[in-house]
Amino acid sequence: MAVRKNQATLTAKEKRDFVDALLQLKRLGRYDAYVSTHNRFIVSDTDNGERTGHRSPSFLPWHRKFLLQFEQDLQSVNPAVTLPYWDWTADRTATAGLWADDLLGGNGRSGDNRVTTGPFAGAGGQWTITVRPDSRDYLRRSLGTGVAQLPTRAEVESVLAVQTYDAAPWNSSSAGFRNQLEGWRGVNLHNRVHVWVGGLMGTGMSPNDPVFWLHHCFIDKLWAEWQRRHPQQGYLPTAATTNVVSLNTAMKPWNDTTPADMLDHTRYYTYDSAF
Amino acid sequence: MPEAGHHAELTRRRMLQGAGVALTAAVGTAVLGLAGPTGTPAAAAGPGGHDTFDEVYRGRRIQGRPAASGHHHHGADYTVQVDGEELHVMRNADGTWISVVNHYQPHQTPLALARAAVVELQGATLVPIA
Ligand SMILES: [Cu+2]
Ligand SMILES: [Cu+2]
Repeated sequence: MAVRKNQATLTAKEKRDFVDALLQLKRLGRYDAYVSTHNRFIVSDTDNGERTGHRSPSFLPWHRKFLLQFEQDLQSVNPAVTLPYWDWTADRTATAGLWADDLLGGNGRSGDNRVTTGPFAGAGGQWTITVRPDSRDYLRRSLGTGVAQLPTRAEVESVLAVQTYDAAPWNSSSAGFRNQLEGWRGVNLHNRVHVWVGGLMGTGMSPNDPVFWLHHCFIDKLWAEWQRRHPQQGYLPTAATTNVVSLNTAMKPWNDTTPADMLDHTRYYTYDSAF
Repeated sequence: MPEAGHHAELTRRRMLQGAGVALTAAVGTAVLGLAGPTGTPAAAAGPGGHDTFDEVYRGRRIQGRPAASGHHHHGADYTVQVDGEELHVMRNADGTWISVVNHYQPHQTPLALARAAVVELQGATLVPIA
């Protein structure tokens, strides 16, 4: 069984394998499809229309499936690789090991936010941004400028304490665990981390920055943790609901996977520890 | 909203980074007219998001106007352009706005969103979404 680990505990070889697999997918031309798919859902998921990947109950199972598919793609390059997660409540500065040259590389430089260090630096020629909102073809970050602080452990605890998974109207204005984790309401967890990293992570094409996978892996872990703490609660809505993916409705773009299929992550992988 | 306050501060800080940029900011936004209130960010688009703006902000022309219904836009009956190129925007259920370049950070009005996009673009040109 594959074990997903905290990035801070990876060995040098595990880091190298993960980075090499990312670069290989990019080289093979398979990486950018994930960026396109993500943005396609970002722009079509609306509060009053059909919504699948974001601002809706299926935010969590949709990204779980999206990460699984990507992880399997990485494993086709190197079967030993699993997605690491970034616990941003612990590694919360621009100098954390995550941003070192042996993993994701550092902050963008001042002036144009261009990442100039590590494996994904534009000048290295290995990470040209092709699916992008504007003319710039290099990875950009601006750590801690869009918002100063990453969420704290206490803030995460407050969201994990929310009893109900989600609630009508099942969008960005909903009460419930999912929307507070996604960040449109409450202390703002997931959205805030995108803003804290800045650059391409603040856009609909956020998977252009490999930190996307580590961030969403942690979001996925927090969902698993909420499930562990609230065994009497479950995915909502269970009944068919207009424009919303209910428990047994297949999710686009796969059309063969329902939220129910995604509820038990241990069918596919486990996490190295509880939160 | 704390983030909005922080963002305004950030914008101000960035404006002061270069003399040329600072001059643009000090002169203010050159308002090119058209309908709707102009000049004051808070008033530039009402809660309905149906006002029009057309101004030069930090050297970029930003325009916003209601889009015809049946327009291809999702989640917004409003269109925003930066130097004539479309900025994909969306309205949240609570009336706030996001764009493809500030997707995770709601802004109060389309004008505030367009200005944030100019800051984010740092002179780059928007390209059609693939
Ligand atoms: Cu997403
Ligand atoms: Cu995200």
